[in-house]
Amino acid sequence: MTTLIQLDHITRRFQVKRQQFIKAVDDVSFDVQEGEIVCLVGESGCGKTTTGKMIAGLLKPSGGQIFYRGQDITTLQGEAWEQYRLSVQLVHQDPYASLNPTHSVFDTLAAPLRRHKITVGEAATRAQARELLEMVDLTPATDFLDKYPHQLSGGQRQRVAVARALTVKPSFIIADEAVSMVDVSIRISLLNTLLRLKREMGLAVLFITHDLALAKYFAWEGRIGVMYLGRLVELAPARQLVEAPQHPYTQVLLSAIPEADPDVTRTKQHIQLRSMDVPSLLRLPSGCAFHPRCPCFEGETCEQVVPPLAFFRDGSAVACHPVQRERKLDRVAEPTRAD
Amino acid sequence: MNQLTNAAMSQRTGAPTLSVKGLTITYQAKRGSVQAVRNVSLEVQRGEALALIGESGSGKTTLGLGLVRLLPSTATVRQGELVYRRTVPGTNGGPGAVTEVDVLKLNGRELRQFRWKECAMVFQAALNAFNPVLRISDQFGDTARAHGYLQGKALTDRARHLFELVRLDPDRVWRSYPHELSGGMRQRVLIALGLLLEPQLLILDEPTTALDILTQRNIMDVLKELRQQLDFSLIFISHDLSLAAELADRVATMYAGKLVEISDVYTTFKNPVHPYTIGLINAVPTLTAHKDRVSSIPGSPPDLIDLPTGCKFHPRCPLADLRCRQEEPELVAVTGTDHWVACWNWQIARRQLSNGGKGGAA
Repeated sequence: MTTLIQLDHITRRFQVKRQQFIKAVDDVSFDVQEGEIVCLVGESGCGKTTTGKMIAGLLKPSGGQIFYRGQDITTLQGEAWEQYRLSVQLVHQDPYASLNPTHSVFDTLAAPLRRHKITVGEAATRAQARELLEMVDLTPATDFLDKYPHQLSGGQRQRVAVARALTVKPSFIIADEAVSMVDVSIRISLLNTLLRLKREMGLAVLFITHDLALAKYFAWEGRIGVMYLGRLVELAPARQLVEAPQHPYTQVLLSAIPEADPDVTRTKQHIQLRSMDVPSLLRLPSGCAFHPRCPCFEGETCEQVVPPLAFFRDGSAVACHPVQRERKLDRVAEPTRAD
Repeated sequence: MNQLTNAAMSQRTGAPTLSVKGLTITYQAKRGSVQAVRNVSLEVQRGEALALIGESGSGKTTLGLGLVRLLPSTATVRQGELVYRRTVPGTNGGPGAVTEVDVLKLNGRELRQFRWKECAMVFQAALNAFNPVLRISDQFGDTARAHGYLQGKALTDRARHLFELVRLDPDRVWRSYPHELSGGMRQRVLIALGLLLEPQLLILDEPTTALDILTQRNIMDVLKELRQQLDFSLIFISHDLSLAAELADRVATMYAGKLVEISDVYTTFKNPVHPYTIGLINAVPTLTAHKDRVSSIPGSPPDLIDLPTGCKFHPRCPLADLRCRQEEPELVAVTGTDHWVACWNWQIARRQLSNGGKGGAA
């Protein structure tokens, strides 16, 4: 496997008042291999969507670099920039908003096909649109081509949005809460379609969600990254992260999630936070941003020193002082990835 | 002596707080009439928590609005009966008197009295439920005044008590404007406002949707505590099965406007017999489940204007046969009087589909 996207100490600030900035994303580093699935999870305001937008090239990082196949994307120009933008496609959360209500499914798919000269001539465009619909399991495709968004269900609309992302043959899909508006009973089939496309087309996927159970399902073979107040606090293989979480924040999150089994959910131990108040991004706590709430708070070091993301031999990475002290011997300097 | 409202204790003792019989609600749309709630009958016992689960468009919110007569003008209650009972505690701890209210016959002043005082509803979008230019204290004051409830110091004390119950700092919240509070705080203020007039029934519409995980946990803990400390019944509407698993005593599953299965929460999750309930439970990935145990229900929810014939779930059901396509099943008892299902083939479903049904429900 080779590295498709690499984030190197990415930071993004937003100005809220004349002299006031917030760091929506702060010093985030991770990579996505070709054909890999990485899920970013976290609560609202943790910077997961901003991270996705920076990778898609919709926002410029305030600091740090993003590499696409080894090239810094800020140095890309003209043709190369366009190629990059095409190879990274976004699927948005709300298919009611992301599809133009006055365009038929065919119009929606034909626009990028024509614009980027992927197909020439009406017949070829129609054939390609049909094929795309079949790829996202909207069959028989001819039934859907001339429909308008209002004639489709939420799940079908989201499939059209995925098909549109595929028109330009991307190598990387960023799906931002792409199934959270879709009915529960059909969420899994939409995810399965994405998984099949990933397998068949070798797509890499960055899946942004707040639902850890969903992240575990989708990134079964991939990795999950957990963000808190702009920072990546833990990154690990998906099942490992859910079954043996290391960062106190990840542990708290997992312990708080109710389960669809009355026996399990009513006997589950909930880790108590030291404080329920979520700090404002305007006044981030010093040191580890989680320290005022952290159940494993250890005093001075946590209060004063921002813990860097430390990598361990088992392929996980954790930004937490106590964890890093305990696992001192497991630490590796460079991320060891199965290349 | 209603200090300890244990649902299991008070269940089946005396008349239910709410009984709904054959409630049918339609919306008038350009294309035709939307069959949002079809012939729904259910009872809510005193002190009980009932979860209404189902996907969007299953009619659960419409049913909730119907129960407090807050339906929009495009909606019509076609038929049905809605009886609400309030138990007035008797003197010297003796058996209390029960007053019955036929909710569908209420008008004007009586209806306004019924709403909020007897039965309150907390809506999904917590920000929109407040008047943005009024302080929380004024919103409480308005509500109390409109219903001739406590005033002045007594009101402040009552509100303080409620804020403490929902784990809010009364000093901070009382003088705040809605926008100064976070989503989770607003939701808790709304729950407190819902309980202000000591209603016997509180309806919560998607109480934790759109809230972060830790906030959601907090709301769930608050609701659990409230139920232990105050005497009220709870109906909560949610598409989130895990919420029902944690908070409900009984679970009612809705599909295409109809109640398709109702049972105690353990049966719903361990021994469901309706193919839709089974499918819905299997469709939700959990933290512990293996990937291969999760599967989608094929097809998509039906068009409520143009419903399929027979059982409305038949186009998506793995067990559908000729009868399912022609005749719509009504609720029948599975075991005793506690577990009801509307499915022709529930016995086959229990054998073939339900993977939790090892113990056998019979």
